[in-house]
Amino acid sequence: MIRFLLKGLWRDKSRSRLPIIVVATGVMLTVFMHAYITGFMGDTIEMNARFSYGHVKVMTRAYAELSDQIPNDLALLDSDKTLASLQRSYPELEWTERIQFGGLIDVPDVNGDTKAQGPAIGFAIHLLDAQKGDVDRMKISNAIKEGALAQHPNEALLSDDFARKLGLKIGDVFTLMGSSMNGSMTMYNLKLAGTVVFGVEMMDRGTVIADIEDIRKALEMQNASGELLGFFKDGYYNDDRATKIASEFNASFKNVDDPYAPLMKSLGQQGSMGQYVEMAKVWSFYVSLIFIIAMSLVLWNAGLLGGLRRYGEVGLRIAIGEEKIHVYKTMIYESLLIGIGGTITGTILGLFFAYLLQRYGLDISGAMEGATLMFPTVIKARITLTDYYIGFFPGIVSTVLGTALSGIGIFKRQTASLFKELES
Amino acid sequence: MKEEIIIRISQLIKRFPVGKDEFTALNGIDLEFYKAEFAGLIGPSGSGKTTLLNIIGSLDVPSKGLVEVLGYSIGHLSAKEAAQLRKEKIGFIFQSYNLLAVHTVYENIEFPLLLLNIPSKERHKMVMDALEWVGLNDKMNSKPPQLSGGQSQRVAIARAMVKRPSLVLADEPTANLDAANSHHIIQTMQKLNQELGTTFIFATHDEKVISYLRRKVYLLDGKVDKDDFVVDLNGTKS
Repeated sequence: MIRFLLKGLWRDKSRSRLPIIVVATGVMLTVFMHAYITGFMGDTIEMNARFSYGHVKVMTRAYAELSDQIPNDLALLDSDKTLASLQRSYPELEWTERIQFGGLIDVPDVNGDTKAQGPAIGFAIHLLDAQKGDVDRMKISNAIKEGALAQHPNEALLSDDFARKLGLKIGDVFTLMGSSMNGSMTMYNLKLAGTVVFGVEMMDRGTVIADIEDIRKALEMQNASGELLGFFKDGYYNDDRATKIASEFNASFKNVDDPYAPLMKSLGQQGSMGQYVEMAKVWSFYVSLIFIIAMSLVLWNAGLLGGLRRYGEVGLRIAIGEEKIHVYKTMIYESLLIGIGGTITGTILGLFFAYLLQRYGLDISGAMEGATLMFPTVIKARITLTDYYIGFFPGIVSTVLGTALSGIGIFKRQTASLFKELES
Repeated sequence: MKEEIIIRISQLIKRFPVGKDEFTALNGIDLEFYKAEFAGLIGPSGSGKTTLLNIIGSLDVPSKGLVEVLGYSIGHLSAKEAAQLRKEKIGFIFQSYNLLAVHTVYENIEFPLLLLNIPSKERHKMVMDALEWVGLNDKMNSKPPQLSGGQSQRVAIARAMVKRPSLVLADEPTANLDAANSHHIIQTMQKLNQELGTTFIFATHDEKVISYLRRKVYLLDGKVDKDDFVVDLNGTKS
């Protein structure tokens, strides 16, 4: 009997291949959309984490209060000790020192007079020591457009567009003019080692990246750091974990009455990132939910129509003597088979397309010109564990439910009515 | 030899709801059918012949009265028991053949035997016998869309007969066939009736079919109008 039914299923394309294609398409879109939303939302968060916020950030309380102004006069002193302590206490995070700074880039002519000038936002990182992980984390090697990574002290990188506007070439010397930690004006010469393009509008406008030791000298911040950033070792921000770690850390300084005491903030607790993290969670959930519901309705409908279309066959089978419950069960088993087949195919296809988007990305830089937020200009998907099973709900449950619902008609209808439908 | 009654119908009434009212399709039918009869329910559309056939075939239940088929009281059967009765003892032949289009002729005929869980070797023999009865051995691997109307109806007859039922119910079996095929089909069923002793009851208004019937039950407005037996030369009803 099973063989007989399977033969029928296999031979009747409208009962097998077509529904499998419909289910596979629905599941593929669900998986792909979920990976895309996760990737897009996650990318923006990770990008902000890498360049600015970390997954958690430690600063002085006073610095945290005015963090929008990057007040390096309120930076952490003896930051190497704090760093070592954090590394011991929170080994699940990778820790690094960071100084963010603002300043003016001045390009001199042959006489030493100003040839060109422009405001810059600076990032002081461990640029010369690859072991510290900053170069990898910020994907600087991939971002190099011209020249090379800085190899020696007093070498720096500039955003490509910025360097061109200033008329700088690789090897040229420029002056960073800024304010020292003590409030005095400072000038420091740096040599352009390379230019970078990150694909992030905000980072590609006027950025200077220099080694933290050079900037410490430039800003008179010996053994000080504006910020200590922590990153989860799996590379992905986890808001709940980060918030818990920050709370624990801050609790240990609860009774210290010192504006220079360290304070830890999770990415979600910094600037407008909290709203974004919440928005990402809500968007991701609702967009996925809406998509799953839409796909479920489509597949449910497909299951329903598939079942209704077969009332004639059902009437015949019942007339011949097959029990209603047996007919019903076989319809459910068939839809289960179609659901499983379609879901597996759809999940594989969805993962494949999501992988392509994860690997190669989609360049939307043209639409991002002038953006003030740190949004990625290359959209990438991110495949997570959820993508391996998310398609099973619309794929299997909806298909089977649709068939089950249409099959209820078998029981509600009088046998003679089904029989009569045979003749119509 | 006393004739064996296989269907006993007494004061059968069947009503269908039509909006707020009720339509009486069968109104006090009293009939008995005997083993190996070749009988027909004859009447115009709306006379109640298909309704009566459905009740005899346990596809519907009486509103009132008694219908006993092969010892089973139709009004008192559960859905499972009714299915069992149809599966084991009743064969159906439909006006529009109702063959499963994706299955071969062989598989269509085999289907009722699968429901009866008959072992494969025995099943094969029974299917081959049925194909032999209707003369379609050469078409066993064809699919219904490749068959003519007459051939399709012969497959339907083989499917109804393969399990050797006690009773075959045929609802307008020649309605979609030309004259030659109609005669061929009726002759095939007549031969099976005589050789296997299977009772055939038709619902029809086709004169070609009526001419072969040995008993003609005329229905009009849900009542038996006339019940004609063909009487053999030796004086017995046949």
